[in-house]
Amino acid sequence: MNMQRSVVTSILAVIGIWAAAAFVFSRLADGNMATSGWLLTIMVWLMAWFLVHNLAAMKFASRFTSIAISLVIPLIFGLTLLFLWEVITRGLGIPSVLLPPPSQIAGRIASSTDILAADFQQTFMKAVLFGYAMGCGLGFAVAILVDRSPFLRKGLMPIGNLVAALPIVGTAPIMVMWFGFDWQSKAAVVIIMTFFPMLVNTVAGLSASGHMERDLMRTYASSYWQTLFKLRLPAALPFIFNALKINSTLALIGAIVAEFFGTPIVGMGFRISTEVGRMNVDMVWAEIAMAALAGSIFYGLVSLIERRLTFWHPSYR
Amino acid sequence: MNLTSILKGSTIPVLTVTAAIFAIWYASVVWLNAPFERDQAERAGKEITFSQILPKTMAQKRPVIPAPHQVIAEIWKTTVMKKITSKRSLIYHAWITLSSTLLGFLLGTILGIALAVGIVHSMTLDKSLMPWIITSQTIPILAIAPMIIVVLNAVGIQGLLPKAFISMYLSFFPVAVGMVKGLRSPDVLHLDLMHTYSATKAQVFWKLRWPSSIPFLFTSLKVAIAASLVGAIVGELPTGAVAGLGARLLAGSYYGQTIQIWSALFVAAFLAATLVWLIGVIDRAVLKRMGMAQ
Repeated sequence: MNMQRSVVTSILAVIGIWAAAAFVFSRLADGNMATSGWLLTIMVWLMAWFLVHNLAAMKFASRFTSIAISLVIPLIFGLTLLFLWEVITRGLGIPSVLLPPPSQIAGRIASSTDILAADFQQTFMKAVLFGYAMGCGLGFAVAILVDRSPFLRKGLMPIGNLVAALPIVGTAPIMVMWFGFDWQSKAAVVIIMTFFPMLVNTVAGLSASGHMERDLMRTYASSYWQTLFKLRLPAALPFIFNALKINSTLALIGAIVAEFFGTPIVGMGFRISTEVGRMNVDMVWAEIAMAALAGSIFYGLVSLIERRLTFWHPSYR
Repeated sequence: MNLTSILKGSTIPVLTVTAAIFAIWYASVVWLNAPFERDQAERAGKEITFSQILPKTMAQKRPVIPAPHQVIAEIWKTTVMKKITSKRSLIYHAWITLSSTLLGFLLGTILGIALAVGIVHSMTLDKSLMPWIITSQTIPILAIAPMIIVVLNAVGIQGLLPKAFISMYLSFFPVAVGMVKGLRSPDVLHLDLMHTYSATKAQVFWKLRWPSSIPFLFTSLKVAIAASLVGAIVGELPTGAVAGLGARLLAGSYYGQTIQIWSALFVAAFLAATLVWLIGVIDRAVLKRMGMAQ
C-alpha cells in the first residue's frame, strides 16, 4: 500500500519536474526570467529532492532493481545540479568567462572533437597509460623484492611512507628538463607519482595474510613462490587495488600538471593553460569534462576488475 | 633509548637506506653532469681526466642534477642568511604557501565534517551525494587549478582565497569519507543504549558519535594536510605568481636554475613532513586525554 503510494508520487514528481523544467527553459530562451521562472526553478529543485527522498526510502525485492535505483538516485541529483547551473548562469546573465552554462560547454565539445581527440591521444593514451603501467609495475616489483629482506623492508617503508606524502608533482619541471618537452617527461612524472603508493600498499598487503594460513602453507611444504602466488598475493589484492585506484587519479593529475612546464602544442594540460590565457573558458571546461570522464571511466574500470578478483572480501559479500 | 632497542628498531635500516640514496644521488651527479664538463674541455681543446671531472661535476652553476651539498648550501643561503622579509628568502615563500595551505585545510576540514554529519543523518543525502563526492575526486582538480585562479582573478578575488579554494577541494574529501566512517563506527549496542536513555539525536551525536569518530578524524587530517600543501603549490604555478614555493619552482624552470628548483622542492617536502608530524603529535595528545591511546 505504502509502496504503491510512493511509486505513484514519484511518477507524479517526474512529470512535474519535466513540465516545470520545460517551462523554465522556454522562459530562458526569451531572455528574461521573471519571478515566476525562479519560483518554478525552486519547485523543480524541491520536487527533485522529494523524488530522491522517495526513491531512497523504497525497498525492493529484486536485487537488480535496487542496483538500478542506487544508480538512478545520484543521476537525478547530478541532472538537478546541471539544471540549476544552466538556469542560474543564463538567468542571472553570469558572464561566460566566469562560468559558462553547460549547454555552451556541450556545444564546444561537439564542435571541437578533433582537437579534444588529439589532446586525449597525447596526454592520456601516451603519458598517462605508459606512466601508470610503468609506475605501478615498478612499485609492485620493488615491493616483492623488498619483501624478501626484513632489513630492507624496515629501512624502506618509513621513507616510502614519507615520500608518498610529499608534493611529488613538484618534480615536474626537473623531469621536463631531463626528458624534453614530449610525452616522455610527463610519463616520468607519472611514474614517480604512482610508484610510492603502489610500493607502500603492496608491502602492507603482503603481510596481510594471517599467521594460521601461512603456517598451513608451511605444513604443505610449499615453496616461497607457491606461498606467494597462492596465499600472499591474493590476500594482498585489496591493498594493491587500493593503490591502483589512488594511482588512476594521480596519474591523470601528474600528466596534466607536467604539461604546464612545457609541451609540444598538443595535450590536455597545454590546451588548458593556453585557452585560459585567451579567456576561452568554454574550451577549458570541455577539456575538464573530458578529463573527468576519462578519470571516472579509468577509476570505474579498476573498481570493476577489483570486484571480479576480490569477490571474497567482506566489503563485497 | 638504550643500545639494544636502537639495534632492534628500524633506526639502522632507515639510516642504511638513506645512506644508499645519497650514494646513488652522488653517483648520478657525476654520471649526468660529466658530459657537460667533457664538452667544455673539448671546446677549450684540452684533455680532461676523470679525477679532474669529479670535483667539477659537483660545483656547476646549472647542473643537470645538483649535488646534495649544493642544495643544502642553497637552502642555508636562502633561509638563514637572508632576511625573512626579503623576496629571496625561502622562508618568506614558504610562509606564503603555508598560509594558503592552512586556510584551505581549515575550510576543507569544516566542509568535510559538515558533509559527513549530513550524510550520516540523512538517508537522502547518503544516497544522492555520496557517489558524487567520490566522483568529485576523479576530476583532476589540480589540473584545472590554473583556471580557477585566473577566473577568480578576473572577477577581482585575489591573493590567498583562490589558492585556499584548491587546497579546500583537495582536503575535504579524505575528511568527509573518514568522518562518515567514524560517525558510523559506534557499536549498535551503544546506539541502542542511548536510545533506551531516550537521548535526542543531538545528544547521541555529541556524547557518542563525535567522540568515537575522533581517531578517524585525525587519520584523515594527515592525508588532508598533505593534499592541501600540494594544492597550494600547484595553485601558485599558473598565474605567473610572484611568491610562494610553486612560484619558485616555475621561475626556476623558466631560467634553468636547477638548484633553485631542488631547494624549493626540499623545503616543500620538509614542510609536508612537519605538518603531518604535527598532526600526529596532536593526535596522540588528544587520544591520550580522551583515554583512547593504546
